[in-house]
Amino acid sequence: MDGLLPELEVIRKDFPILERQLAGGMPLVYLDSANTSQKPQVVIDTMVDHLEHHNANVARAMHQLGAESSEAFENARDKVAAFINAPSRDEVIFTKNASEALNLVANTLAWARGPLEIGEGDEVVITEMEHHSNIVPWQLLTERKGATLRWFGLTDDGQLDLSNIDSLITEKTKVVSLTWVSNMLGTINPIEKIARRAHEVGAIVVVDASQAVPQMAVDVVESGADLLAFTGHKVVGPTGIGVLWGKREVLDQLPPFLGGGEMIETVAMERSTYAGIPHKFEAGTPPIVEAVGLGAAVDYLGHVGMDAIRAHEHAITAYALDGLATVPGLTVLGPLDAALRGGAISFEIDGVHPHDVAQVLDSRGVAVRAGHHCAKPAHKRFGVQASTRASSYLYTTPAEIDALVEGLEYTRSYFKLG
Amino acid sequence: MSQELDTLYQEIILDHYKNPLNKGLRDPFEAEVHHVNPTCGDEVTLRVHIAGGVVEDVSYDSVGCSISQASASVMTDLVIGKPVDEAMQIHATFQELMQGRGNVEPDEDVLEDGIAFAGVAKFPARVKCALLSWMAWKDATAQIVASSADNKETTNG
Repeated sequence: MDGLLPELEVIRKDFPILERQLAGGMPLVYLDSANTSQKPQVVIDTMVDHLEHHNANVARAMHQLGAESSEAFENARDKVAAFINAPSRDEVIFTKNASEALNLVANTLAWARGPLEIGEGDEVVITEMEHHSNIVPWQLLTERKGATLRWFGLTDDGQLDLSNIDSLITEKTKVVSLTWVSNMLGTINPIEKIARRAHEVGAIVVVDASQAVPQMAVDVVESGADLLAFTGHKVVGPTGIGVLWGKREVLDQLPPFLGGGEMIETVAMERSTYAGIPHKFEAGTPPIVEAVGLGAAVDYLGHVGMDAIRAHEHAITAYALDGLATVPGLTVLGPLDAALRGGAISFEIDGVHPHDVAQVLDSRGVAVRAGHHCAKPAHKRFGVQASTRASSYLYTTPAEIDALVEGLEYTRSYFKLG
Repeated sequence: MSQELDTLYQEIILDHYKNPLNKGLRDPFEAEVHHVNPTCGDEVTLRVHIAGGVVEDVSYDSVGCSISQASASVMTDLVIGKPVDEAMQIHATFQELMQGRGNVEPDEDVLEDGIAFAGVAKFPARVKCALLSWMAWKDATAQIVASSADNKETTNG
């Protein structure tokens, strides 16, 4: 099969969990990487090594361990900055996840004064395919400020309906926030085109790159984003660490988010002055070992090569779409052309609820996600309440896709559908 | 593999799933509730009609998995026609079974077809599916009981 990672078996050996056997001696077929990715040994080892040999708080311990820990933490920032081609390491802010990164932006925009200030009559534009974490913060912001929330609709094949882009993004628009790659439909959105329109009217562009950064080479400057969020655990890193990248001039205009240690310049009882970016947005002891693990994770992905990973995902996704098309009564939600989408494929099977599909697959060792995938509006758009989602990653093999398709055939027979 | 699945998907459950009893929304009713399982999105709209201390009707409209749909069907079959107190007891017995992690012996005299859900208790992720309509029924019934108590107080006072 063209496009597969040439050393797929070697890569699989990097991920110890892929050796797991589940109940009944079933080998694990992990197709839930859009939910969270598995972790290579090097990430696990790096984190253990840090805890065993270098553990100390960062930026406030004057001893040798403190210096080592601070260096490891800040090195991770350098690695992340290089990975997303950020012009400055200071533009990389560590958060606990992508949700916190998006909430940081929406909250500080609610407090902003000056050019970024949002008030009555202003508009925020999102899309109907967003994860709840890129909907709810904007609902909260617009409700609090008396602004209006608007959104792009979707076409029947799961793409953004851009036909009304010029009437949707107008002089009233202050923020356009959208996902780069949909976690449910898999759709890859034309971020650059939308950003161009947003910038024409003076709006800032926020990109939820949670599903994009794991799957493709991301260059934050080329993307057109002003602010971009992603999470560590989907890029073979640990949970508890996320990233907000922002252009310096935008981050400098935003007020602090959480107040506390590390984010200050000086504190008096009457008032405080604040540190510059990135520390302005990193109050309190940060997730240190998680950041160190994320640094190892992006190193690992960089070593494999993001273009090679994208080609692998494309090949596996195309193979999966072909396989799923052979299952009677199965409908894929989202684009059917692998070139237009990422590796998450949500689908419906007539006559079997997604929970029941996932349960039967699980009994065969095939791990998928069932439910609304935190994208209820997108499900509603396609007239379904829930779906089953299979999502691949750099370690996914064609044989695992075969196991999925066979499992779905078995599911149909188990529920006595033809 | 299939054996483990079969403890979850008993024939009785699949029968109720394919041919649910008492489904559809009906009049009269004194309370209507809408319950959602936020993790999976399963939903039920459920109406309860109580007269003379007896559960005269439970009607519902729902979307969800086989477990949640079959559970609604079995629940309505068990509580319709029962005095409210007895129906509440059945609810408590079913809830105890579901939260027993597979260690509670089901009482067929009380739960009838409901004993088929004993296997669900071993699948923690599915317990909420089985309880969704039961919780909705309890909520609606409690509302009716509370409002009739209020009315009595008003009349007496």
